[in-house]
Amino acid sequence: MTVLEQAAAAVLPAGSVNCDIHHPNPTMRELMPFMDDVWRDLIAARGITQLDSIAYPGNAPLSCRPDWRDPAGGLSATPERLAAEALDRLGARLGILNNLCGVHMFYDSYMAVAVTRALNDWTRVEWLDRHDGLRASIVPPLQDIGAAVAEVDRCAADRRFVQVLLPSAAHQPYGHRVYWPLYRAAARHGLPIGIHAGSAYHHPVTSLGWPNTMIEDYAAQSQIMQTQLASLVSEGVFAEFPSLKVVLIESGVSWLPAFLWRFGKFWKGLRFETPWVDRSPTEIVRDHVRLTTQPFDLPDDPGVLPRLLDQIGSDEMLLFSSDYPHWQFDGDAVLPSGLDPALVRRIAVDNPLATYPRLMERHS
Amino acid sequence: MKQRYAVAAADDITEGGRLKVDVAGRSIVLFRVDGAFYALADRCPHQGGPLSEGDQIGELSAARPGEHHYCRRNMIIRCPWHHWEFDIDTGLSRIDPARVKVRRYETSVGGENECGERLVATTFETSREGEIVYVSM
Repeated sequence: MTVLEQAAAAVLPAGSVNCDIHHPNPTMRELMPFMDDVWRDLIAARGITQLDSIAYPGNAPLSCRPDWRDPAGGLSATPERLAAEALDRLGARLGILNNLCGVHMFYDSYMAVAVTRALNDWTRVEWLDRHDGLRASIVPPLQDIGAAVAEVDRCAADRRFVQVLLPSAAHQPYGHRVYWPLYRAAARHGLPIGIHAGSAYHHPVTSLGWPNTMIEDYAAQSQIMQTQLASLVSEGVFAEFPSLKVVLIESGVSWLPAFLWRFGKFWKGLRFETPWVDRSPTEIVRDHVRLTTQPFDLPDDPGVLPRLLDQIGSDEMLLFSSDYPHWQFDGDAVLPSGLDPALVRRIAVDNPLATYPRLMERHS
Repeated sequence: MKQRYAVAAADDITEGGRLKVDVAGRSIVLFRVDGAFYALADRCPHQGGPLSEGDQIGELSAARPGEHHYCRRNMIIRCPWHHWEFDIDTGLSRIDPARVKVRRYETSVGGENECGERLVATTFETSREGEIVYVSM
């Protein structure tokens, strides 16, 4: 271990978990071995080679930190390289892979089911099987909720899958009952629902319509998270599934208190619309919702962080993440400065283990 | 020691109706629901809104999402300013239902919740003798 690596390893306490890392989107060619012949031939015939969305374009600075790009400047990675940067360098024991392949964009639900199955199997064989420190999220085909439940049931048998991953925007707000079978399945398997920045792109990426620029799209992700949070609470998802946890991934943290003040205030006057919301939305969110720490969205003033944590009002809500390979920070400044070591331990070890019970299991 | 004030003739308040009165310098709103009389300070404990001008509704709760258990019709007054709901009998707020069940708060002026907000509207004992409605305070 070099001096630099020793210094970096001190960033995190032993047993830490990196709760948001990304393996590259597979090409269709890479997924072919995991598909039936009919889909291999139909996808080849249609000329579909790649399922990249407008999220994280290859050349955008956000999509990959310069020192984490491949030698050709692209986004390709190997399990070894990913683990070196997202686990070993930080001193993390485990990392959770969240693949952002654009399977939710399909309108052909049968193709969506086939490609999603292939994606999950590819993640299992090409990533989980190739590094002991890796865990992953199950990507369900949201175009068909029955098939999504079946896919969660199928993948959950492999206990290295620790979460069900949804894009921050799909076809309807996530509180709607059409999604409840998926939440029932997740709760049955003890899997949290992760909601990650992104979209099925069946609707505009802002509530006002399509913006012209990527910065507008990316900045609006935290607004979408707020809308999803309001939907999940208002529709009673947490009343129906009291053990369910939802993890909001890669969409900032600092917006949360202001949103809860607003949402909680109006609940006091509009409570009769949702009588099943029988306590303050703030309490419900503190019990059921977790957020990953990159990006955190803080000003440089180190005095802001303690005040913000006080406003959040719980030390159980934050989960450590580096968001590898997205360019959210430089060097090893993966955590906001000024965090108390005891709190770092909660964020990087205790909270992830409580949120993802499967992380406590050993796999050979 | 509480003093008893004659505040209205019973017929002044029709069934389901309400009457605002001033008693010993305090504004009070009287309600008549199913023949019984109730009295609240005409001042929302949130920001002072006039409860006498609010909507009267029933108690709405749900054991599960999508259910609407509706009972005690007309026993909830909703402040016209921010729609906070108060139980006409106990003065207790509906936004902290756990406390509604705590009988010892009944007719009290009430405590504060964690936000420091007073959650209880002031109630007064009412009684009726013949055709006269009394409030004790």
